[in-house]
Amino acid sequence: MANLDIAQVRTEEAPKLPAPVSTTGVIGWMRQNLFSSIGNTVLTVIGIYIAYSLIAPFIQFALIDAVWTGENREACLPKDGQHAGACWAYVKAYFPQFIYGRYPTEEVWRVNIVYFLFAALLIPLAMPSAPFKRTNALLFLVVFPIIAYFLLTGLVIGGNVILPVVETAQWGGLLVTLVIAVTGIVASLPLGIALALGRRSKMPIIKLVSVIFIEFWRGVPLITVLFMSSVMLPLFLPEGVTFDKLLRVLIGVTLFSAAYMAEVVRGGLQAIPKGQYEGAMALGLRFWPMMYLIILPQALKLVIPGIVNTFIGLFKDTTLVLIVGMFDLLGQIQSSFTDPTWSTPSQGHTGYLFAAIVFFVFCFGMSRYSIFMEHKLHTGHKR
Amino acid sequence: MTENAVRDDLAADRSRMQISETDVAVEITNMNKWYGDFHVLRDINLKVMRGERIVICGPSGSGKSTMIRCINRLEEHQKGNIVVDGIELTDDLKKIDEIRREVGMCFQHFNLFPHLTILENCTLAPIWVRKMPKKEAEEVAMHYLERVKIPEQALKYPGQLSGGQQQRVAIARSLCMNPKIMLFDEPTSALDPEMIKEVLDVMVGLAEEGMTMLCVTHEMGFARKVANRVIFMDAGQIVEQNEPEPFFTNPQHERTKLFLSQILHH
Repeated sequence: MANLDIAQVRTEEAPKLPAPVSTTGVIGWMRQNLFSSIGNTVLTVIGIYIAYSLIAPFIQFALIDAVWTGENREACLPKDGQHAGACWAYVKAYFPQFIYGRYPTEEVWRVNIVYFLFAALLIPLAMPSAPFKRTNALLFLVVFPIIAYFLLTGLVIGGNVILPVVETAQWGGLLVTLVIAVTGIVASLPLGIALALGRRSKMPIIKLVSVIFIEFWRGVPLITVLFMSSVMLPLFLPEGVTFDKLLRVLIGVTLFSAAYMAEVVRGGLQAIPKGQYEGAMALGLRFWPMMYLIILPQALKLVIPGIVNTFIGLFKDTTLVLIVGMFDLLGQIQSSFTDPTWSTPSQGHTGYLFAAIVFFVFCFGMSRYSIFMEHKLHTGHKR
Repeated sequence: MTENAVRDDLAADRSRMQISETDVAVEITNMNKWYGDFHVLRDINLKVMRGERIVICGPSGSGKSTMIRCINRLEEHQKGNIVVDGIELTDDLKKIDEIRREVGMCFQHFNLFPHLTILENCTLAPIWVRKMPKKEAEEVAMHYLERVKIPEQALKYPGQLSGGQQQRVAIARSLCMNPKIMLFDEPTSALDPEMIKEVLDVMVGLAEEGMTMLCVTHEMGFARKVANRVIFMDAGQIVEQNEPEPFFTNPQHERTKLFLSQILHH
């Protein structure tokens, strides 16, 4: 222990100094993340170049060269020597069709009310600080679907036409996309949870049924499900019994995504330590209160990314209904390409760009909201 | 203090804790349990009177945790009888519920619910199992949180508390159900020395109030101070049981001697 003599011992507290400038602020960040070595600097420069060469033409097309107003294709035709930009005038002209499909124009107010109610109920439900959550959820999950059903399909009481019937074949555009996506999302989550619990059940029959259900629906492609429901199902039904096509699609999509949801939720259930079950049981909680109060809140929180993943997948899969002859947003846009009034070289690009933007807004919104909720529900137990 | 004085002091402590002569809290007769082919508990017989404080020790894998977990049916026994508070444990879910309502349990890893605040952890069972009004449940919870000396943490989440604090919350959570019997499954094994003391203090307090306790623990100081009986288990059997003083000073069984020499002289 001879070294002890020369060991340094502080007699007064060392001053707290600010960090060197080169490690903080924008410059510090860039140094650390973009230019920390020659290799990284080269990659940064290449990256900036690639980003520029992709984004610049896009902005040129979508904004600078774009045509914003016009009555027909004349406005959007390339002028001599110029590139044709996005034809937003065409989207403007077709906008009602993209949003409502072939829903009768004089009845469109009904769809608007449904859109409005949907937003008015969903937004406070999604805000953690908004009051009356229970009432709000009840309105959204029970009252709203009933009102929406009658508003959209029509209401006839004893021969008196209160709201004229609109066949679902006339629905289209964003309306169909949202009806399928929202119904699928809202119905598949509880169904998926039930299946996940069923698959982990100790009761053999419940377990077997759940496993068969999940494996069957995961084993077939959604296109097959849609085809079967619209082409094959009528063959099995007795003559005269008909099912609305949209309803069949809704059921198909819901069951399909419920199977995926079940596996996502099961993953969450498996991540909950056994001690949580034991803690709950030792307090005298029975199975359902234990699941509802202790296990599911934690399991679902863990798998929020997976759940939202399934939701987003479902949202985008709604475009597949085109193959059974229904026109969702994308289908409606594609069908508008046949209209000679707006036939220009940039029509297709503009239409698909519009579809991409609308889908992106919805999916990105779901994604950001899920991240927000993850932070909100984080109670600091990951230490 | 001389050793004799300490002994007298301990004896005085213990004499304050009343043990009922007639009232049986837990009675286990000829209980056997298997995990698959493995015979974990062999012919266990144990009678616990109301007010008794029993410390169960033994090497790991000896079945001590399994035994106390059988008492509130976290584990199922295959042969023999367990009667808790006059109710026989069978497959009858109603009876299991009744027993779990009367038996509190604390675990090695606390098993608090991380998504609920401390207060919610404590009020959950009274509200959902005992159907107590929320306000009353909160009053009860605050009372017990004060008992374990952490009322100021009531609105925090378990993840924000130290291990010792969490275990004290776990004890308070059990007490909110007003249990007749408390089971402790190595409550201090996951804690560092400073925290062990704060948890043991709470447990000593409980014992002084006459709570019937079964503790799986290796805290021999606690056993000397609080227990009226120490049980030594090995290989799924109760090998030896005695009052703490003779148990520690004069163990009868070879296996007990070996175990005690290992944990007392390290």
